[in-house]
Amino acid sequence: MKNGYSKRGSSRLFVISAYIFCIIMAIISLMPFVIMIINSTRSTSQIQQHAISLIPSSHFKANLDVLTSKTFDPLKGFMNSMIISVFSTLCSVYFSTMTAYALVAYNWKLRSAFFTVIMCVLMIPAQVTSIGFYQFVYKIGLTNNFAALILPSIASPTVVFFMRQYMIPALPMEILQSARIDGASEFRIFNQIVLPMMSPAMATQAIFCFVSSWNNLFLPSILLREKEKYTMPIMVSLLKGDIYRTEYGSIYLGLFLTVLPVLIVYFLLSKYIIAGVALGGVKE
Amino acid sequence: MKSKSRLKRLSYAKYGYIFSIPFIAAFLIFSLYPTIYTAVLGFTDCRGIGNNDWHILENPFENFKEILSNDSFKLSLKNTIVIWMMNFIPQITIALILTAWFTSRRNEIKGKGIFKVIFYMPNIITAATVAILFNALFSYPVGPINDLLVSSGVKDTAYNFLVDKKAAKIIVAFIQFLTWYGNTMIVLISGVLGISPDIYEAAEIDGANGIQTFFKITIPNLKTVLLYTLITSLVGGLNMFDIPKLFLDGGPDNSTLTTSVFIYNQAFSGSYMYNRAAAASMIMFIIISICSAILFYIMRDKDAAKLKKEAKLAKKESRKRGAFV
Repeated sequence: MKNGYSKRGSSRLFVISAYIFCIIMAIISLMPFVIMIINSTRSTSQIQQHAISLIPSSHFKANLDVLTSKTFDPLKGFMNSMIISVFSTLCSVYFSTMTAYALVAYNWKLRSAFFTVIMCVLMIPAQVTSIGFYQFVYKIGLTNNFAALILPSIASPTVVFFMRQYMIPALPMEILQSARIDGASEFRIFNQIVLPMMSPAMATQAIFCFVSSWNNLFLPSILLREKEKYTMPIMVSLLKGDIYRTEYGSIYLGLFLTVLPVLIVYFLLSKYIIAGVALGGVKE
Repeated sequence: MKSKSRLKRLSYAKYGYIFSIPFIAAFLIFSLYPTIYTAVLGFTDCRGIGNNDWHILENPFENFKEILSNDSFKLSLKNTIVIWMMNFIPQITIALILTAWFTSRRNEIKGKGIFKVIFYMPNIITAATVAILFNALFSYPVGPINDLLVSSGVKDTAYNFLVDKKAAKIIVAFIQFLTWYGNTMIVLISGVLGISPDIYEAAEIDGANGIQTFFKITIPNLKTVLLYTLITSLVGGLNMFDIPKLFLDGGPDNSTLTTSVFIYNQAFSGSYMYNRAAAASMIMFIIISICSAILFYIMRDKDAAKLKKEAKLAKKESRKRGAFV
């Protein structure tokens, strides 16, 4: 800045080109979803004449009627996804915090070995074990049962990892000691003192658990074969079938309905979500 | 007194085990057991729904041999890697450029917050939805993209992207790119913000320009974060399922068939060949483990490893000395 014109000129050029690039990327990121939302209000014949428009039309209701007259049942899918996501989020966050607490607050022999195991498991994607998982669930008769999708989230290595990272600097051992002196049991200390102190980190992790559970397609599509049990992403996959082939407007509307809850959550909590993503990257 | 305090610590240690029980139990039942089960199934003749009467094959590695010589599997592996590369290279490049701009100390970019929110948004949207949305966007003869290309004069007539093998691959890679570049950028930015500002100040005093600081300071200091991004992206990329499955179901002509889609099709449609799917899963498992191990080895912090080694040696030495005294 102090070095006079040439530098200021180049830095202005830099800023302008940076803005142009950012705006282009923003348009690329937003455009598909804007088209989706606008087309969900347009009739099929309007879309066939001009598939892109920036002006919403008035066929939202008509599209909705067509959409729900067939197999697509957004309410059912919403409820099923909600049940699975809420309970697996609760399981994952509560038990992961508990595991992280075991790793941070107590000095036990196998502690570091256990943590190493968790770090290794972090790398195993669920997909590669899905065949055995399916066979096992089939054997115990839990296919088409939400429990098979909820209970495994009790062991969520990623959440344990982040809770541990957060807990190490944030958990004052003195408070635990004084609670012990007051005669509180270890379980009460965890539930009534540690959990409230960890709630900001738990909230962040809860958002991610919820979203990833809500968006999961692979395991639910293997395990849930009854129409009554379909989750939102499985419902979405129905939109590609032959029955909606010519109903462009309702396909866009169906897609829009499936992302609506996620979009609402995102724009309400975007500050925390982005802070949470940033936290995830800072390892060690 | 001393023994008493030790006793107390010992009695608390058991809670470490108790509080870990739920995790360990769920892990053993829902993760370790299925993994071993999958591995075992790979050596058997298990196929068909509800088949409980399966045996280890006479030649246990038959399924593995069959999969490794299966043209579809080879093709799917190639596709998976090609699509991942086509997504990852532009993704990390653009994420790094955006990171450099957003953390630039000389030129503050306004509206960073809004850009971050917009760039990250595709990541939070159900991948299944994005895949089907893109299928609709590229539809032929009247889809939004064709409409745009024709009415802007780029193309004379609508083009059927969905039957073009190359175009289909590029679109899948692009969707993958679109959903992940914002995430990568935010992770990288937080990594840069974690670098001590003193280093940058020193560089500024020494007269380093923006590009020099970026390559000489930012990149080397981002090593761990880059490793994290690379590994998570690689593991995710090798398991790519939702987008290729729902975009064109592996087509056209298997050009977007990824290994996960291959495994799914083997196991859960048509002939229900669980044994082969299990063998393919295990091959993928091994590939993923090897890739992560290699990456860890290449990107490991050599200085830290050296320090650790020295510390260990010193400890040993002192222990030895202690024993002698």
